Amino acid sequence: MLKRPQTIVVSAVALLLVLLLNLPAGAAARLKLALGGLFLPLLGISSASQSFVDRASYELLPRATLIAEVQRLEKDNAALRVEAALGAEAAAENQRLRAQLGSLPRGAWRPRLARVVGRDASTWWRTCLIDYGSRDGAVVNQPVVTAQGLVGRIASVGHSHSQVALVGDASCGVAVLVSETRDHGIVAGGQSTTDAGMVEMTTFQQTPGIVSGQVVLTSGEGGVFPKGLVVGTVVDARPARSGLFTSARIRLGAHLNRLEEVWVLAP
Amino acid sequence: MNWASPIVLFVAGWLAAFAPTQFVVLRDLLGAPVSLGPALVVYAAFTHGLPTATLFAAMLGLGSDALSGSRLGLGALMPIAAAFFLSTRQHLLLRDERYAQFWLGLGAGVALPLGHGWILVAAHAEPAIGWHSVRQLLVLGVLNGAACPAFFWAFDRLRQSLEYPAAPTSFQAGLREMKRGRS
Repeated sequence: MLKRPQTIVVSAVALLLVLLLNLPAGAAARLKLALGGLFLPLLGISSASQSFVDRASYELLPRATLIAEVQRLEKDNAALRVEAALGAEAAAENQRLRAQLGSLPRGAWRPRLARVVGRDASTWWRTCLIDYGSRDGAVVNQPVVTAQGLVGRIASVGHSHSQVALVGDASCGVAVLVSETRDHGIVAGGQSTTDAGMVEMTTFQQTPGIVSGQVVLTSGEGGVFPKGLVVGTVVDARPARSGLFTSARIRLGAHLNRLEEVWVLAP
Repeated sequence: MNWASPIVLFVAGWLAAFAPTQFVVLRDLLGAPVSLGPALVVYAAFTHGLPTATLFAAMLGLGSDALSGSRLGLGALMPIAAAFFLSTRQHLLLRDERYAQFWLGLGAGVALPLGHGWILVAAHAEPAIGWHSVRQLLVLGVLNGAACPAFFWAFDRLRQSLEYPAAPTSFQAGLREMKRGRS
Protein backbone atom coordinates (compact mmCIF):
# COMPACT_ATOMS: atom_id res chain seq x y z
CA MET A 1 0.00 0.00 0.00
CA LEU A 2 1.42 3.40 -0.98
CA LYS A 3 1.80 6.19 1.53
CA ARG A 4 0.24 9.54 0.82
CA PRO A 5 3.39 11.46 -0.28
CA GLN A 6 4.31 8.55 -2.54
CA THR A 7 0.85 8.54 -4.10
CA ILE A 8 1.05 12.30 -4.72
CA VAL A 9 4.45 12.14 -6.45
CA VAL A 10 3.61 9.07 -8.57
CA SER A 11 0.27 10.62 -9.59
CA ALA A 12 1.99 13.92 -10.47
CA VAL A 13 4.55 12.13 -12.66
CA ALA A 14 1.80 10.08 -14.35
CA LEU A 15 -0.21 13.27 -14.99
CA LEU A 16 2.87 15.01 -16.40
CA LEU A 17 3.44 12.12 -18.80
CA VAL A 18 -0.18 12.12 -19.96
CA LEU A 19 0.08 15.88 -20.59
CA LEU A 20 3.36 15.48 -22.51
CA LEU A 21 1.99 12.69 -24.68
CA ASN A 22 -1.06 14.78 -25.56
CA LEU A 23 0.79 17.98 -26.38
CA PRO A 24 0.41 19.32 -29.93
CA ALA A 25 3.38 18.37 -32.15
CA GLY A 26 4.75 21.92 -32.31
CA ALA A 27 4.66 22.45 -28.54
CA ALA A 28 6.19 18.99 -27.93
CA ALA A 29 9.04 19.80 -30.35
CA ARG A 30 9.73 23.14 -28.61
CA LEU A 31 9.69 21.48 -25.19
CA LYS A 32 12.00 18.78 -26.49
CA LEU A 33 14.47 21.41 -27.68
CA ALA A 34 14.26 23.15 -24.31
CA LEU A 35 15.04 19.87 -22.54
CA GLY A 36 17.86 19.24 -25.00
CA GLY A 37 19.28 22.58 -23.86
CA LEU A 38 20.04 21.00 -20.49
CA PHE A 39 22.73 18.95 -22.23
CA LEU A 40 24.44 21.94 -23.87
CA PRO A 41 27.27 22.03 -21.27
CA LEU A 42 28.01 18.37 -22.00
CA LEU A 43 27.85 18.96 -25.76
CA GLY A 44 30.26 21.86 -25.28
CA ILE A 45 32.66 19.69 -23.30
CA SER A 46 32.39 16.98 -25.96
CA SER A 47 33.13 19.46 -28.80
CA ALA A 48 36.03 21.01 -26.89
CA SER A 49 37.61 17.64 -26.13
CA GLN A 50 37.20 16.58 -29.78
CA SER A 51 38.92 19.80 -30.93
CA PHE A 52 41.69 19.24 -28.37
CA VAL A 53 42.32 15.71 -29.66
CA ASP A 54 42.36 17.01 -33.25
CA ARG A 55 44.86 19.76 -32.37
CA ALA A 56 47.03 17.33 -30.46
CA SER A 57 47.11 14.98 -33.44
CA TYR A 58 48.14 17.89 -35.72
CA GLU A 59 50.99 18.71 -33.34
CA LEU A 60 52.21 15.13 -33.53
CA LEU A 61 52.26 14.99 -37.35
CA PRO A 62 55.76 15.32 -38.88
CA ARG A 63 56.48 18.49 -40.85
CA ALA A 64 57.27 16.54 -44.04
CA THR A 65 53.82 14.89 -43.95
CA LEU A 66 52.14 18.27 -43.51
CA ILE A 67 54.07 19.81 -46.42
CA ALA A 68 53.18 16.84 -48.66
CA GLU A 69 49.53 17.21 -47.62
CA VAL A 70 49.53 20.95 -48.37
CA GLN A 71 51.03 20.33 -51.81
CA ARG A 72 48.41 17.67 -52.56
CA LEU A 73 45.61 19.99 -51.42
CA GLU A 74 46.98 22.86 -53.53
CA LYS A 75 46.90 20.62 -56.60
CA ASP A 76 43.36 19.46 -55.77
CA ASN A 77 42.33 23.07 -55.19
CA ALA A 78 43.68 24.17 -58.57
CA ALA A 79 41.90 21.30 -60.36
CA LEU A 80 38.65 22.06 -58.52
CA ARG A 81 38.90 25.77 -59.42
CA VAL A 82 39.08 24.82 -63.11
CA GLU A 83 36.12 22.45 -62.69
CA ALA A 84 34.17 25.13 -60.80
CA ALA A 85 34.82 27.67 -63.56
CA LEU A 86 33.57 25.19 -66.18
CA GLY A 87 30.61 24.35 -63.94
CA ALA A 88 29.76 28.03 -63.47
CA GLU A 89 29.76 28.53 -67.24
CA ALA A 90 27.48 25.49 -67.68
CA ALA A 91 25.18 26.72 -64.88
CA ALA A 92 24.92 30.16 -66.48
CA GLU A 93 24.09 28.56 -69.83
CA ASN A 94 21.51 26.34 -68.08
CA GLN A 95 19.88 29.39 -66.46
CA ARG A 96 19.74 31.18 -69.83
CA LEU A 97 18.12 28.18 -71.50
CA ARG A 98 15.63 27.81 -68.61
CA ALA A 99 14.76 31.49 -68.96
CA GLN A 100 14.19 31.01 -72.71
CA LEU A 101 11.94 27.99 -72.03
CA GLY A 102 10.04 29.93 -69.38
CA SER A 103 11.05 27.60 -66.51
CA LEU A 104 11.78 28.85 -63.02
CA PRO A 105 15.50 29.41 -62.38
CA ARG A 106 17.08 26.72 -60.21
CA GLY A 107 18.23 28.11 -56.86
CA ALA A 108 21.86 27.94 -55.83
CA TRP A 109 22.83 26.15 -52.60
CA ARG A 110 25.55 27.38 -50.29
CA PRO A 111 27.23 24.62 -48.27
CA ARG A 112 27.90 25.38 -44.58
CA LEU A 113 30.26 23.20 -42.58
CA ALA A 114 28.99 21.58 -39.37
CA ARG A 115 30.54 19.13 -36.95
CA VAL A 116 28.72 16.02 -35.71
CA VAL A 117 28.69 16.22 -31.90
CA GLY A 118 26.46 13.30 -30.97
CA ARG A 119 24.47 10.32 -32.14
CA ASP A 120 20.93 9.25 -31.34
CA ALA A 121 20.51 8.34 -27.68
CA SER A 122 18.28 5.35 -28.39
CA THR A 123 18.60 2.28 -30.57
CA TRP A 124 15.43 2.89 -32.54
CA TRP A 125 16.23 5.95 -34.63
CA ARG A 126 18.81 7.12 -37.14
CA THR A 127 19.60 10.67 -36.10
CA CYS A 128 22.63 12.70 -35.11
CA LEU A 129 23.34 16.09 -33.54
CA ILE A 130 25.34 18.80 -35.30
CA ASP A 131 26.77 22.06 -33.94
CA TYR A 132 24.77 24.17 -36.38
CA GLY A 133 21.68 25.86 -35.00
CA SER A 134 19.33 28.76 -35.61
CA ARG A 135 22.13 31.24 -34.74
CA ASP A 136 24.02 29.90 -37.81
CA GLY A 137 20.94 30.03 -40.04
CA ALA A 138 19.72 26.45 -39.69
CA VAL A 139 16.16 25.80 -40.83
CA VAL A 140 14.13 22.59 -40.65
CA ASN A 141 14.39 20.42 -43.81
CA GLN A 142 17.74 21.79 -45.00
CA PRO A 143 19.64 18.96 -46.75
CA VAL A 144 22.79 17.60 -45.10
CA VAL A 145 25.50 16.01 -47.23
CA THR A 146 29.13 14.91 -47.27
CA ALA A 147 31.44 14.77 -50.26
CA GLN A 148 30.50 11.08 -50.60
CA GLY A 149 26.74 11.58 -50.69
CA LEU A 150 23.47 12.47 -49.01
CA VAL A 151 23.34 12.24 -45.21
CA GLY A 152 19.81 13.38 -44.38
CA ARG A 153 17.84 16.48 -43.51
CA ILE A 154 17.62 18.78 -40.50
CA ALA A 155 14.69 17.51 -38.42
CA SER A 156 14.69 20.03 -35.56
CA VAL A 157 16.60 23.20 -34.84
CA GLY A 158 17.88 24.50 -31.51
CA HIS A 159 19.80 27.70 -30.83
CA SER A 160 23.27 26.22 -31.27
CA HIS A 161 22.56 22.62 -32.30
CA SER A 162 20.28 20.77 -34.71
CA GLN A 163 19.08 17.22 -34.99
CA VAL A 164 19.61 15.56 -38.37
CA ALA A 165 17.35 12.71 -39.48
CA LEU A 166 19.63 10.38 -41.44
CA VAL A 167 18.63 8.63 -44.67
CA GLY A 168 16.50 5.61 -43.71
CA ASP A 169 15.10 7.15 -40.52
CA ALA A 170 11.31 7.20 -40.14
CA SER A 171 11.26 10.96 -40.74
CA CYS A 172 13.60 11.02 -43.75
CA GLY A 173 12.17 9.49 -46.89
CA VAL A 174 13.99 10.45 -50.10
CA ALA A 175 12.70 10.55 -53.67
CA VAL A 176 15.44 9.07 -55.87
CA LEU A 177 16.25 8.10 -59.43
CA VAL A 178 18.73 5.66 -60.91
CA SER A 179 21.28 7.66 -62.88
CA GLU A 180 21.75 5.16 -65.74
CA THR A 181 18.12 4.09 -66.32
CA ARG A 182 16.37 7.28 -65.07
CA ASP A 183 13.89 5.05 -63.15
CA HIS A 184 12.28 6.88 -60.24
CA GLY A 185 11.78 5.39 -56.81
CA ILE A 186 11.71 6.13 -53.13
CA VAL A 187 13.93 5.36 -50.16
CA ALA A 188 11.24 5.13 -47.51
CA GLY A 189 11.70 5.94 -43.82
CA GLY A 190 11.73 3.37 -41.01
CA GLN A 191 14.37 1.16 -42.62
CA SER A 192 15.12 -1.99 -40.63
CA THR A 193 18.24 -3.28 -42.38
CA THR A 194 20.99 -4.79 -40.22
CA ASP A 195 23.63 -2.62 -41.84
CA ALA A 196 23.31 1.13 -41.15
CA GLY A 197 25.07 1.84 -44.45
CA MET A 198 22.38 0.10 -46.47
CA VAL A 199 18.84 1.21 -47.34
CA GLU A 200 16.06 -0.22 -49.46
CA MET A 201 14.73 1.57 -52.54
CA THR A 202 11.37 0.77 -54.14
CA THR A 203 10.53 1.85 -57.66
CA PHE A 204 7.04 2.83 -58.76
CA GLN A 205 6.85 0.05 -61.37
CA GLN A 206 8.65 -3.13 -62.44
CA THR A 207 12.07 -2.01 -63.73
CA PRO A 208 14.28 -4.91 -64.82
CA GLY A 209 17.02 -2.55 -65.98
CA ILE A 210 18.25 -1.83 -62.46
CA VAL A 211 21.45 -3.78 -61.79
CA SER A 212 24.30 -3.77 -59.31
CA GLY A 213 26.72 -0.84 -59.48
CA GLN A 214 24.32 1.77 -60.84
CA VAL A 215 24.36 5.17 -59.13
CA VAL A 216 21.28 6.43 -57.26
CA LEU A 217 20.68 10.19 -57.10
CA THR A 218 18.06 12.41 -55.49
CA SER A 219 15.30 13.15 -57.99
CA GLY A 220 14.42 16.56 -56.59
CA GLU A 221 10.76 15.57 -56.13
CA GLY A 222 9.26 16.49 -52.81
CA GLY A 223 11.11 19.78 -52.65
CA VAL A 224 13.41 18.96 -49.72
CA PHE A 225 16.51 17.69 -51.51
CA PRO A 226 17.94 19.30 -54.65
CA LYS A 227 18.13 17.10 -57.73
CA GLY A 228 21.35 15.23 -58.45
CA LEU A 229 22.83 14.53 -55.00
CA VAL A 230 24.48 11.12 -54.82
CA VAL A 231 22.59 8.78 -52.48
CA GLY A 232 24.55 5.58 -53.12
CA THR A 233 25.03 2.65 -55.47
CA VAL A 234 22.77 -0.32 -56.20
CA VAL A 235 23.91 -3.55 -54.51
CA ASP A 236 21.20 -5.83 -55.90
CA ALA A 237 17.62 -5.64 -57.17
CA ARG A 238 14.66 -8.02 -57.17
CA PRO A 239 10.95 -7.90 -58.06
CA ALA A 240 8.67 -6.99 -55.14
CA ARG A 241 4.93 -7.32 -54.44
CA SER A 242 4.34 -10.06 -57.03
CA GLY A 243 6.40 -8.27 -59.64
CA LEU A 244 4.53 -4.96 -59.49
CA PHE A 245 7.58 -3.02 -58.28
CA THR A 246 11.32 -3.47 -58.08
CA SER A 247 13.05 -3.38 -54.73
CA ALA A 248 16.77 -2.61 -54.63
CA ARG A 249 19.31 -2.50 -51.85
CA ILE A 250 21.40 0.67 -51.93
CA ARG A 251 24.85 1.03 -50.37
CA LEU A 252 24.85 4.64 -49.12
CA GLY A 253 27.66 6.86 -50.38
CA ALA A 254 28.06 8.66 -47.05
CA HIS A 255 29.38 6.57 -44.15
CA LEU A 256 26.63 7.28 -41.62
CA ASN A 257 28.52 5.49 -38.83
CA ARG A 258 31.66 7.54 -39.34
CA LEU A 259 30.31 11.05 -39.76
CA GLU A 260 32.55 13.76 -38.33
CA GLU A 261 31.95 16.82 -40.49
CA VAL A 262 28.95 17.40 -42.73
CA TRP A 263 27.76 20.14 -45.06
CA VAL A 264 24.39 21.78 -44.58
CA LEU A 265 23.01 23.11 -47.86
CA ALA A 266 21.55 26.56 -47.27
CA PRO A 267 19.39 28.08 -50.03
CA MET B 1 16.94 14.42 5.11
CA ASN B 2 20.27 14.15 3.36
CA TRP B 3 20.03 15.54 -0.20
CA ALA B 4 23.52 14.55 -1.31
CA SER B 5 22.58 11.05 -2.40
CA PRO B 6 19.60 12.03 -4.62
CA ILE B 7 21.65 14.88 -6.12
CA VAL B 8 24.48 12.49 -7.00
CA LEU B 9 21.91 10.08 -8.45
CA PHE B 10 20.31 12.78 -10.62
CA VAL B 11 23.70 14.00 -11.88
CA ALA B 12 24.57 10.39 -12.77
CA GLY B 13 21.22 10.13 -14.59
CA TRP B 14 21.96 13.34 -16.53
CA LEU B 15 25.31 11.89 -17.64
CA ALA B 16 23.74 8.48 -18.38
CA ALA B 17 21.11 10.10 -20.65
CA PHE B 18 23.88 11.90 -22.56
CA ALA B 19 26.42 9.04 -22.73
CA PRO B 20 24.64 7.06 -25.52
CA THR B 21 25.16 10.00 -27.92
CA GLN B 22 28.95 9.75 -27.45
CA PHE B 23 31.63 7.00 -27.56
CA VAL B 24 31.16 6.47 -31.31
CA VAL B 25 34.00 3.94 -31.64
CA LEU B 26 32.67 1.80 -28.78
CA ARG B 27 29.15 2.13 -30.17
CA ASP B 28 30.24 0.87 -33.58
CA LEU B 29 32.22 -1.94 -31.99
CA LEU B 30 29.30 -3.10 -29.82
CA GLY B 31 26.60 -2.32 -32.35
CA ALA B 32 24.56 -0.56 -29.66
CA PRO B 33 24.71 2.75 -27.79
CA VAL B 34 26.39 2.79 -24.36
CA SER B 35 23.15 3.19 -22.45
CA LEU B 36 23.47 2.50 -18.72
CA GLY B 37 20.19 4.13 -17.69
CA PRO B 38 18.39 0.82 -16.91
CA ALA B 39 21.07 -0.19 -14.36
CA LEU B 40 20.73 3.21 -12.70
CA VAL B 41 16.94 2.79 -12.52
CA VAL B 42 17.47 -0.52 -10.70
CA TYR B 43 19.87 1.14 -8.25
CA ALA B 44 17.50 4.09 -7.67
CA ALA B 45 14.51 1.80 -7.11
CA PHE B 46 16.34 -0.27 -4.48
CA THR B 47 18.13 2.46 -2.58
CA HIS B 48 15.86 5.49 -2.73
CA GLY B 49 12.19 5.94 -2.00
CA LEU B 50 9.47 5.48 -4.58
CA PRO B 51 9.06 9.26 -5.22
CA THR B 52 12.78 9.78 -5.87
CA ALA B 53 13.02 6.65 -8.04
CA THR B 54 9.95 7.67 -10.08
CA LEU B 55 11.21 11.23 -10.61
CA PHE B 56 14.63 9.90 -11.53
CA ALA B 57 13.16 7.48 -14.09
CA ALA B 58 11.04 10.28 -15.59
CA MET B 59 14.09 12.56 -15.86
CA LEU B 60 16.17 9.81 -17.47
CA GLY B 61 13.46 8.96 -20.01
CA LEU B 62 12.72 12.59 -20.92
CA GLY B 63 16.44 13.36 -21.24
CA SER B 64 16.88 10.38 -23.54
CA ASP B 65 13.87 11.47 -25.63
CA ALA B 66 15.31 14.99 -25.95
CA LEU B 67 18.46 13.54 -27.53
CA SER B 68 16.76 11.08 -29.86
CA GLY B 69 14.20 11.04 -32.63
CA SER B 70 11.52 9.78 -30.25
CA ARG B 71 8.35 11.67 -29.36
CA LEU B 72 8.77 13.38 -25.98
CA GLY B 73 7.39 11.21 -23.18
CA LEU B 74 7.38 7.83 -24.94
CA GLY B 75 10.86 6.99 -23.69
CA ALA B 76 9.93 7.71 -20.06
CA LEU B 77 7.12 5.15 -19.83
CA MET B 78 9.27 2.04 -19.39
CA PRO B 79 11.79 3.51 -16.89
CA ILE B 80 8.90 4.79 -14.74
CA ALA B 81 7.12 1.43 -14.90
CA ALA B 82 10.37 -0.37 -13.96
CA ALA B 83 11.10 2.03 -11.09
CA PHE B 84 7.55 1.59 -9.74
CA PHE B 85 7.64 -2.21 -10.09
CA LEU B 86 11.04 -2.65 -8.42
CA SER B 87 10.50 -0.04 -5.74
CA THR B 88 7.18 -1.50 -4.58
CA ARG B 89 8.64 -5.03 -4.53
CA GLN B 90 12.10 -4.33 -3.17
CA HIS B 91 11.35 -6.27 0.06
CA LEU B 92 10.66 -9.39 -2.07
CA LEU B 93 13.78 -9.21 -4.24
CA LEU B 94 17.41 -9.90 -3.44
CA ARG B 95 19.54 -6.78 -3.68
CA ASP B 96 22.71 -7.19 -1.64
CA GLU B 97 24.24 -10.11 -3.53
CA ARG B 98 26.35 -9.23 -6.56
CA TYR B 99 24.83 -11.97 -8.76
CA ALA B 100 21.33 -10.70 -7.94
CA GLN B 101 22.38 -7.18 -8.94
CA PHE B 102 23.84 -8.57 -12.18
CA TRP B 103 20.62 -10.37 -13.11
CA LEU B 104 18.48 -7.37 -12.17
CA GLY B 105 20.67 -5.12 -14.34
CA LEU B 106 20.61 -7.60 -17.20
CA GLY B 107 16.84 -7.94 -16.99
CA ALA B 108 16.35 -4.16 -16.94
CA GLY B 109 18.89 -3.70 -19.75
CA VAL B 110 16.84 -5.99 -22.00
CA ALA B 111 13.31 -5.23 -20.78
CA LEU B 112 13.44 -1.42 -20.89
CA PRO B 113 14.58 -1.01 -24.53
CA LEU B 114 12.37 -3.93 -25.58
CA GLY B 115 9.33 -2.32 -23.93
CA HIS B 116 10.25 1.03 -25.48
CA GLY B 117 10.45 -0.58 -28.92
CA TRP B 118 7.09 -2.27 -28.40
CA ILE B 119 5.51 1.06 -27.37
CA LEU B 120 6.95 2.72 -30.49
CA VAL B 121 5.58 -0.04 -32.73
CA ALA B 122 2.19 0.23 -31.01
CA ALA B 123 2.28 4.01 -31.54
CA HIS B 124 3.05 3.46 -35.29
CA ALA B 125 6.28 5.45 -34.93
CA GLU B 126 8.22 3.21 -37.39
CA PRO B 127 11.35 2.55 -35.32
CA ALA B 128 14.34 0.84 -36.98
CA ILE B 129 13.65 -2.73 -35.84
CA GLY B 130 15.30 -5.76 -37.38
CA TRP B 131 17.51 -8.71 -36.53
CA HIS B 132 20.18 -6.23 -35.43
CA SER B 133 17.81 -5.26 -32.59
CA VAL B 134 18.30 -8.72 -30.99
CA ARG B 135 22.05 -8.12 -30.86
CA GLN B 136 21.50 -4.61 -29.47
CA LEU B 137 19.24 -5.94 -26.72
CA LEU B 138 21.77 -8.63 -25.76
CA VAL B 139 24.60 -6.09 -25.67
CA LEU B 140 22.53 -3.67 -23.59
CA GLY B 141 21.57 -6.51 -21.23
CA VAL B 142 25.19 -7.56 -20.64
CA LEU B 143 26.36 -3.93 -20.32
CA ASN B 144 23.72 -3.10 -17.73
CA GLY B 145 24.22 -6.44 -15.97
CA ALA B 146 27.90 -5.61 -15.55
CA ALA B 147 27.24 -1.99 -14.63
CA CYS B 148 24.56 -2.66 -11.99
CA PRO B 149 26.83 -4.23 -9.30
CA ALA B 150 29.42 -1.54 -10.05
CA PHE B 151 26.81 1.18 -9.48
CA PHE B 152 25.67 -0.44 -6.21
CA TRP B 153 29.27 -0.66 -5.00
CA ALA B 154 30.33 2.85 -6.06
CA PHE B 155 27.18 4.73 -5.03
CA ASP B 156 26.90 2.90 -1.72
CA ARG B 157 30.51 3.91 -0.92
CA LEU B 158 29.74 7.49 -1.93
CA ARG B 159 26.55 7.45 0.09
CA GLN B 160 28.36 6.25 3.19
CA SER B 161 30.88 9.04 2.87
CA LEU B 162 28.27 11.75 2.30
CA GLU B 163 25.53 10.77 4.74
CA TYR B 164 25.56 11.06 8.51
CA PRO B 165 26.93 7.92 10.16
CA ALA B 166 24.48 5.83 12.18
CA ALA B 167 24.52 6.54 15.92
CA PRO B 168 26.61 3.93 17.76
CA THR B 169 24.66 1.60 20.07
CA SER B 170 26.07 0.53 23.40
CA PHE B 171 26.36 -3.09 24.49
CA GLN B 172 23.66 -2.39 27.08
CA ALA B 173 21.09 -1.44 24.47
CA GLY B 174 20.02 -5.06 24.05
CA LEU B 175 19.56 -5.49 27.79
CA ARG B 176 17.38 -2.41 28.05
CA GLU B 177 15.00 -3.46 25.27
CA MET B 178 11.51 -4.16 26.53
CA LYS B 179 10.60 -7.76 25.81
CA ARG B 180 6.95 -8.57 25.37
CA GLY B 181 5.33 -11.93 25.90
CA ARG B 182 6.67 -14.95 27.74
CA SER B 183 10.35 -15.66 27.37
